[in-house]
Amino acid sequence: MADIQQDIRPSRLHRAWNSDLGWSFRHAPVAVASTFVVLLLIIGAVLAPFIAPHSPFDPGSLNLMNGFTPPGQANQFTGDYFLLGTDDQGRDVFSTILYGMRISLFVGFAAVLLAMVLGVTLGLLAGYLGGWTETIIMRVADVQLTFPAILVAMLIFGIAKGITPPEYRNEMAIWVLILAIGLSDWVQFARVVRGATLVEKNREYVQAAKLIGRSPFAIMLRHILPNVLNPVLVIATISLALAIIAEATLSFLGVGAPPTKPSLGTLIRIGQEFMFSGEWWILFFPAATLLALALSINLLGDWLRDALNPRLR
Amino acid sequence: MKKTTFLAAALLASTSLSASAETLRWARAGDSLTLDPHAQNEGPTHTLAHQVYEPLIIRDMTGAFQAALATDWAPKADDPNVWVFNLRQGVKYHDGADFTAEDVVFSINRAKSDNSDMKELLNSITEVRAVDDHTVEFVTDGPNPILPSNLTNLFMMDKGWAEANDAVTVQDVEGGEKTFATTNANGTGAYKLVSREPDVKTVMTLNEDYWGKDEFPLDVTEIVYTPIQNAATRVAALLSGEVDFIQDVPVQDLGRVDETDGLVVKTAPQNRTIFFGMNQGADDLANDNVDGKNPLADKRVRQAMNMAINRDAIKQVVMRGQSQPAGIIAPPFVNGWTAEMDEVSTDIDAAKALMEEAGYSDGFSIQLDCPNDRYVNDEAICQASVGMLAQIGITVNLDAKPKAQHFPLISGNETDFYMLGWGVPTYDSEYIFNFLVHTRGSDRGSWNSTGFSNAEVDQMIQSLASETDLDKRNATIQSIWDVVQEEQVYIPIHHQVLNWGMTENVGIEVSPEDDPKIKFFELD
Repeated sequence: MADIQQDIRPSRLHRAWNSDLGWSFRHAPVAVASTFVVLLLIIGAVLAPFIAPHSPFDPGSLNLMNGFTPPGQANQFTGDYFLLGTDDQGRDVFSTILYGMRISLFVGFAAVLLAMVLGVTLGLLAGYLGGWTETIIMRVADVQLTFPAILVAMLIFGIAKGITPPEYRNEMAIWVLILAIGLSDWVQFARVVRGATLVEKNREYVQAAKLIGRSPFAIMLRHILPNVLNPVLVIATISLALAIIAEATLSFLGVGAPPTKPSLGTLIRIGQEFMFSGEWWILFFPAATLLALALSINLLGDWLRDALNPRLR
Repeated sequence: MKKTTFLAAALLASTSLSASAETLRWARAGDSLTLDPHAQNEGPTHTLAHQVYEPLIIRDMTGAFQAALATDWAPKADDPNVWVFNLRQGVKYHDGADFTAEDVVFSINRAKSDNSDMKELLNSITEVRAVDDHTVEFVTDGPNPILPSNLTNLFMMDKGWAEANDAVTVQDVEGGEKTFATTNANGTGAYKLVSREPDVKTVMTLNEDYWGKDEFPLDVTEIVYTPIQNAATRVAALLSGEVDFIQDVPVQDLGRVDETDGLVVKTAPQNRTIFFGMNQGADDLANDNVDGKNPLADKRVRQAMNMAINRDAIKQVVMRGQSQPAGIIAPPFVNGWTAEMDEVSTDIDAAKALMEEAGYSDGFSIQLDCPNDRYVNDEAICQASVGMLAQIGITVNLDAKPKAQHFPLISGNETDFYMLGWGVPTYDSEYIFNFLVHTRGSDRGSWNSTGFSNAEVDQMIQSLASETDLDKRNATIQSIWDVVQEEQVYIPIHHQVLNWGMTENVGIEVSPEDDPKIKFFELD
């Protein structure tokens, strides 16, 4: 039965594979390679508790004497062996990268989701309703654009940290990061969606929907939104890379993830102190991972933009 | 490849040197907290003040007494409760005003006032009186043989200048106050303040009318002082010739700096101990997960924590050998220190047993406040301690921040568990007791954020100031230490080792106080 159905209607995956986008993907080696790298890193992060040989977030399991073990060599005091070496606290760099990537990716995805929901909603409202709503939303967006996103994120982080009770600070740090990066990044989405909405709202299908008496919210959600999603998808991909870098930047500056739960940025911050003294691996491996992750997502976003642009087909 | 970068760096360093032979570009991790000379009793704050302001007596770069604004001093012949100071004549402040006995009376009274952080050093003084323009008498409540050593960081301000600029009262640092004296200075010192941007840059220039023109080298004619918090950036600045002198070479980069042509590292044990303080006096802690009681109030918990810290591992890995594990919060320079009290060992099993005995076999969680720009590898030590305390079930949430935010927590009694380092400019235990052991009160205990309070100990501490029989005094010091050690008021970590990095032409030895006084610097 299942076999017969599959013969008649190809599976979703199969259809996606044979679509225009799928064809374009198969013929872009860069996109294929990027996807491979991103998937590999995401799988590594998700399965970190099963793959990682050590648990770097459990301070009780660390042995300080393992500190500064070079990659692929036995520690001079304990004789322990670490694939990518250890940092200054005796944390296994490989395990810490896997766990750190979990934080980086989680913060990245969640922040982009927040920025997307916020930006798309406000963009739709501004574009469709116009008038005062549009003026207020877009002026706020303009004002926010004049500040660098990282500054806005630091500001939000600082305020949020100030109002959280100290005993919850370490647990809240991740959520505050998401909030800070998400709120600093919604403007891109709002601008693009507003622009596209302005175009779409004068199309016949919207007029028709208005005529049959659908509510403005139904029109925005069911009719306009699906038609403005393509550019949103492209921005979301590129924003993801930027959000991961923003998280790394904040943690590098020491205002992000707590030092006992290092993300990629925290690891790079720790590592750069030992740049001159020859302990290169503490900096190199996390930085290379961050680079691979951000670059792959960016390349993927580039490809998606080109593939979805009808003029470039 | 590596050789060429070394060469390039050396070349860069030497060319920039010849271009700035008289300017000393000086960097360290953290900035002075304020220019108000009596507002903060803190090392880097005093160090910067020493260039501009002067006390009556200073310690030279080896730690020996030297006459500064006073030429000589002695107890009064017929009254042992009075010290007489003869002041240097013809000294002028940078704005041209004369330095007189009136300024001394004003400055000492200012340093004894409410907001002052120097009160503990002066609490034996009942009156300061000007006999004539260049003679001052200090009246103490009972004979105080060590009074002069309490005055080496007590700077003399100009009364007229302070009155004209609304700076008569000491800046209230905990209250977040800023006054004219916070960012301006008018001293008698060898260098005049040209500009000051806190945490960015401070520029000073040679005082042409300095009284000691013929007594000191005064080779440096301009000082550019820039705090560089990040360790790697600080070293890079020295390696690239951007600065001539850094006060805190990161331990991991000692070899790299010393091997570089044109640069030297000078190392000496510092008169400073790094330790943790625990709020044992409060009924309940603000930042723990135990309700209704204070786990740190239990001596067994404090002892367990002390046993859990592996100081040798911290020395080996975090400090790369550049520290001396400590069992007492007094450095070996200090009168009252004994090798026996300084001994300490790690015993996780015994620590766990003590935790169980105290009823905390499941542990508890607590916040540790730690500076990240004050002591050598301060944050890394705290992080390592988080791991060590986790082994006896204590979950430590680490909050590391710049000292400008960290120190107010301690002086404001707002922390449960904190890192502090204490240097002892008087070389005597009394200084430690006055600030760190005596019950917190109006004129003593201002840095004792532990809540430790013992009336008998307080009594003994107060008796030290006027005890003239040295053997008896030392016996009292020993019995105070016995209580402090037995009660485990603090968890000592180590005595710090100083590493100064400089270009080869800077001729200066490391001072145990970590307080370079630039007027002593010789440049070839």
